[in-house]
Amino acid sequence: MNAGLPILRLGDILLSGLMNDLDDKTALAFTDELTTRIANEGIRGVIIDISRLEIIDSFVARVLMELAGTGRLLGTRMVVAGMRPAVALTLTELGLQLTGVRTALNAEQAMELLGWRRPTEVAEEAPHAS
Amino acid sequence: MLGTDDSQVRTVLARMLEEDRAALARDWAGQEPRDGDRSGQELRREAVALLDALRDALSGTLPVSRIADQDPAVRDALTSLSERRARAGAQPSATAMAILALKRTMLSAIERHTDDSALRYRAALLVNELLDSAGVLTFEVYCAGRERIIREQHSQMLELSTPVVRLWRHVLAVPLIGTLDSARTQVVMNSLLEAIQANEARVAIIDITGVPTVDTAVAHHLLQTVSAVRLMGAECVISGIRPSIAQTITQLGIDLSHIVTRGSLADALATAMQLLGDNGRPGAVTG
Amino acid sequence: MLPDERTGHGHDVPSREHPVRVEEDLLAARHAVRAAAVAAGFSIVDQTKIVTAASELVRNAYIHGGGGTMTVGVARNPAGRLGIRLRVRDEGPGIADVDQAMTDGFSTGAGLGHGLGGTRRLVDDFHLDTAPGRGTTVTVVRWKR
Repeated sequence: MNAGLPILRLGDILLSGLMNDLDDKTALAFTDELTTRIANEGIRGVIIDISRLEIIDSFVARVLMELAGTGRLLGTRMVVAGMRPAVALTLTELGLQLTGVRTALNAEQAMELLGWRRPTEVAEEAPHAS
Repeated sequence: MLGTDDSQVRTVLARMLEEDRAALARDWAGQEPRDGDRSGQELRREAVALLDALRDALSGTLPVSRIADQDPAVRDALTSLSERRARAGAQPSATAMAILALKRTMLSAIERHTDDSALRYRAALLVNELLDSAGVLTFEVYCAGRERIIREQHSQMLELSTPVVRLWRHVLAVPLIGTLDSARTQVVMNSLLEAIQANEARVAIIDITGVPTVDTAVAHHLLQTVSAVRLMGAECVISGIRPSIAQTITQLGIDLSHIVTRGSLADALATAMQLLGDNGRPGAVTG
Repeated sequence: MLPDERTGHGHDVPSREHPVRVEEDLLAARHAVRAAAVAAGFSIVDQTKIVTAASELVRNAYIHGGGGTMTVGVARNPAGRLGIRLRVRDEGPGIADVDQAMTDGFSTGAGLGHGLGGTRRLVDDFHLDTAPGRGTTVTVVRWKR
């Protein structure tokens, strides 16, 4: 079943993102689709961008943790990227730590975590304008 | 309850407030101790506003016990009276006493108004009920005002006392000073997480040199902060653990083993640079 | 756990009731709570906490209670502080062991095994009214910071 969420493939990495108004059916369909592709396409890493999620409740948390667990069994590293500060605060207060889920600040850092290198590594050492 | 007689007493009282309005206001304001910044004129204006509101409310149908709390005009008059006095530095007991003084004023007016002792008695009961709840309301308003001021000052203080500083590219630090309760933890976490996002920070150092003691509650709050930082995708280092605090943590059996801890801020920065330099960094495994 | 007297003080804006019958209602309920929190001037963090609490409670009513209703209202305490009050009611089997349901790591349904303990930490006032066979009503308030 297709969840209607785009899943991009970059080499042996799958890149996808969750939408804010994620309903249960879509979340479960997404899990199924991702799992199938991981198994069939020899995927080494999966990045799920969650920067658009305005809340994560225990249901979505469980979906993410199960995906990470399944991915690990299939030999894939999964990274959840871009959690918003308010969401991280709320999840912590709720007592959910997304045990076993690898996190990154954004999709770019998640790519780095999975072994991709930016071509502009030199420029990065320049003083940061902020 | 006095049943149908109640409406008769209310009518009498409302008429009395109408006819003796000026005298009542003068009499009541006259009982107030004067101080410099509150003229007698101002007191009389305040008195007239309250007496008019009470008169209208008594002419209405709202039960006496609910007038002070629920009649908008009476509530407003009492609220502004209480707030103005609070601003002028009056004690809440002084404001409540002023309402009780109005009771005396009204009771003696009732005596002047009627010779019917049964009516006097019922009117006295009604005035008591009405003004007792009014006194309670002024006290509540006073406390609410205080609570609001305390809350505002508290949150200002919290924000002032939690600066997040950027030590290096991708490295932030929060020096914590004072104790770490749950409200403070929320503020620290909030500013730290926002700064992590804004600076794309990969390592956050929490320096607890200025935290006097670490008990189980403080440790819990530190662990919470570390969890939230990791959810964001950054790593957390806790620095400034003095020997005595290290001992306490061990004695209390608090497990900080899965958290990177360092003695000094300098050590923590060195560790942060190492974490940044490692291949496979950034990123964190939560839990 | 405050009883309803204080949280239901007499100066409230009328509440609105939302059905929790089908899965789509879960999202609609979240949107309603978000709108109320924005209207009350909640910060992003406070909005996120009350919407997450609503999501947990409404999902509980949907899964364990076989559906119910959620009421969203604005609360105001005697000090004039604004808050959002949620009441989520279902006519399900009710909760037999309240202490157990309040403990982290307990759930009998499709949640994460978090029961109500986590939700309670997201709000300031939490009131649970339940008994076997009588359904469950959870009333929570989060005050504006």
